Amino acid sequence: MDMAQYIPVLLTKYNYWVYITLMMIGLWAMIAKNNLVKKIIGMSIFQTAIILFYVSIGAKYGATIPILRHGHNGAHEAIRTVDYINPLPHVLMLTAIVVSVATLGVALALSIRIHRRHRTLEEDDILTQLREP
Amino acid sequence: MKLISLALVVLLGGLFMAATADFPDWGDPASPASVHVSPRYIEKTMEETSVPNIVTAVLADYRGYDTMFETAVVFTAGVACFLLLRRRDPRPGPERIYRHQATGVIVEMRHKPAKEPAGEVFARIDDDWVPHDLIIMNVCRLLIPFIQLFGLYVIAHGHHSPGGGFQGGVILGASIILLALSWDLRTAMGRLSEAATGLMSAVGVFIYAGVGAMCLAMGSNFLDYEALGPLMFVDPVHARSLGIFFVELGVGLAVMATMVLIYKNLASEGRLDQGL
Amino acid sequence: MTQHFPALLVTAPLLCALLVSIAGWLRPRLCLPIALVGLGVATLAATGMLAQVLTSGPIGYRLGGWDPPWGIYYFLDQLNAVVAAVVAWVALVNLAASHRAVQADYEDKQGPFYTLYVLAVTGLLGMVATGDAFNLYVLLEISSLTGYALIGLGPNRAPLSSLNYLFLGTIGASFYLLGVGYLYIVTGSLNMADLAELLKPLYGSLAVTTAFSLIVVGLWMKMAFFPLHAWLPNAYSQAPGPAASLLAPLMTKVMVYVMIRMMLSVFTVDFVGTQAVLQQAVGWLAVAAIVAGALFALAQRDLKRMLAYIVVGEVGYMVGGAWLGNRIGMTGAVLHLINDAVMTFCVFLAAGCIFQKIRGTAFEDLQGLFKKMPWTMAALAVGALAIIGVPPTCGFFSKWYLIRGGLEAGHWGFVCALLFSSLVNVVLFFRLFEIAFFEPMAEGNGHGDHHGHAPAVAIAEAPLSMLLPLMAAALGLVALGLATGPLVKYVITPVMPTGLW
Repeated sequence: MDMAQYIPVLLTKYNYWVYITLMMIGLWAMIAKNNLVKKIIGMSIFQTAIILFYVSIGAKYGATIPILRHGHNGAHEAIRTVDYINPLPHVLMLTAIVVSVATLGVALALSIRIHRRHRTLEEDDILTQLREP
Repeated sequence: MKLISLALVVLLGGLFMAATADFPDWGDPASPASVHVSPRYIEKTMEETSVPNIVTAVLADYRGYDTMFETAVVFTAGVACFLLLRRRDPRPGPERIYRHQATGVIVEMRHKPAKEPAGEVFARIDDDWVPHDLIIMNVCRLLIPFIQLFGLYVIAHGHHSPGGGFQGGVILGASIILLALSWDLRTAMGRLSEAATGLMSAVGVFIYAGVGAMCLAMGSNFLDYEALGPLMFVDPVHARSLGIFFVELGVGLAVMATMVLIYKNLASEGRLDQGL
Repeated sequence: MTQHFPALLVTAPLLCALLVSIAGWLRPRLCLPIALVGLGVATLAATGMLAQVLTSGPIGYRLGGWDPPWGIYYFLDQLNAVVAAVVAWVALVNLAASHRAVQADYEDKQGPFYTLYVLAVTGLLGMVATGDAFNLYVLLEISSLTGYALIGLGPNRAPLSSLNYLFLGTIGASFYLLGVGYLYIVTGSLNMADLAELLKPLYGSLAVTTAFSLIVVGLWMKMAFFPLHAWLPNAYSQAPGPAASLLAPLMTKVMVYVMIRMMLSVFTVDFVGTQAVLQQAVGWLAVAAIVAGALFALAQRDLKRMLAYIVVGEVGYMVGGAWLGNRIGMTGAVLHLINDAVMTFCVFLAAGCIFQKIRGTAFEDLQGLFKKMPWTMAALAVGALAIIGVPPTCGFFSKWYLIRGGLEAGHWGFVCALLFSSLVNVVLFFRLFEIAFFEPMAEGNGHGDHHGHAPAVAIAEAPLSMLLPLMAAALGLVALGLATGPLVKYVITPVMPTGLW
């Protein structure tokens, strides 16, 4: 196979590539960063990447947002599935957004509690403090 | 260590990339996700629930049970922040700080005064107080009522346009947080006390779960809004539409109160006396 | 009303959690009674459902009245009915025992504490009952978030342990979500039964394999399967007593249940059987988990930390048994899941009783404890016997099935690891009881030793409200052991798929 065959794959599936890149950035920040708030930021990026992935599943070429066009007296034109994007991923991601906000809130509350006790959010320093009697 | 984790992450990314070969192309209307379950939502929503916004209908009716727990997740986060952070011991340093409005002299008091100094002469300030900007304060004061009105519109109009309980609730919550940012936390607390936010977040979720339980009491399945038709003197399809509206109200209430509750506890490290 | 049991199982605790929260602001004294009512109703529903399933077969429930796969569907067969019953009973008994500990440490925060407690149980029960892959994610997050908060409430380094748990738990849950997304993108469905049908023609696809790996690895993070266990020992040993004895027995077991459900009902044995490399790797990881759990437990000088490492080893038992690839191994894994929930509950509750009385669980604090707290220590001993695997306690029977499964599969490493871990458990608990039985009381800085004899020790038992639930748990261990036969025959065998690879 030569390179030319890969180019259409790259172009038609670029939504997946974008989400994977974002997710890896977030994951790396969560694993490698020393500061707890930076880890929390990494976690947010990680979760947002998954949201992006799901939302991109719902897209359809030539379709509009999933709100039906309708007249005032109940009269509406025939509904065709190809005219509206898939609403289900949007519904699911509304849930995932809420979950990630909630996790963020709890994570920040925990880090405030850690800061209250150790006066720092650098993981190394906290572990040094814990090791000393 | 950093190199190992980088290698691990890149490897994982490569694996995910390889798996995308089996995925449908971007925007393909014939992908499995677009032809299996979702077509029914698009085609039947109008006749089954009379709600033109399909996302709202799926969110609060077809998959309404998920959304009930989604609201419960928000509520959980609020309670968790309260549980982890709220404390009642006094802050180190001066108990109260006042500023003489005319001269700018700052008075620190070691103990809580028996009586709060009244009137415009002395104003209580935070310990990291900086001079306020008159423009910001007044513009925010003017804007907040309109923001709240818009929030209510977003909740109420979620059937016909993008919006709904979560979005409207966040806008309402943000309006209170804006008040706390532009004035101070005590002003915001004066408008919406701690107990009020705590109770409202629980009551909001209770409205949602309560509507579901009411369907159960009417002899139907949990969250089957059709059962509420006879109570509201409407046909089953409109009962679904109204049921969605009631649960969205509950969601809006819970989200607004929880956002404010989380903000207050995070901003003041749980003391709720001062903060951003 | 009986046809609405599946809804009651989850919504009764949810409604009561909200009422507890409201009561926390208005009448804090009512919090515990309301919580007890909520979990009581859930327990009744779970028990009723188990009876219903045993007499008339699996039950389904359409939430919102919508047919699957468009709406969310609850599906209860023997497997999840029995797990739901165990979860509900353990949570209820533990709640009844929690009163003193919460009163002592978190008096002004009773409302939020009990709210989160009941919400955690709601999430666990929902995960067990649901037949929808995405609904499971939402419920997973509810029980995780409450878990982070309850653990982070503990003293000293608990917030840091909890934050580390949050990071790993979020990665795990996100992997699960991503795996479900992969399934959705190739099938278009979220309902488990529907997915199982739609996946059949796709078994060769790399996307399905990736989805399976993502889901399983995500669940491993949540259940602390070696080497993803790092969060568990700190989190569970530093959590407040009532939270530890709720989460340690239930959270990991429910995650093992979800893994088994995914293996049996979504991907089915036909698919898992084709993943030979993965199967081999998991078998050896389980061996590593069991051995590592045992060795780490040996190194501990604190009762709670030792127990936490035993949990790590036990997860290895169940995962290994489930992946052995034969009927006996899977039976052993499910049986051990039920037994281990009660065993872990018994020993963690005993540790909670000890902590409540002497404010410490380090080995030096335990000296002479058999004289001071005879009943608590007796219950701990029963729990220890079950964990070691001595008949007639239940631990023996599930271990027996697991070892037989290992023999049948020809997986000698797994069999040896099980035997090794049992031996180490003997050493662990013997060492503990030696300290608690023979060594004199630590208090008084050696006053008693000075005169050559130990001072007379007054019995100072844990309060009755904690002791009775503890006794119930210890008796439950023996009862479960005696009920092994019917449990396997009527509950576990019917859910074993015919084509177990």
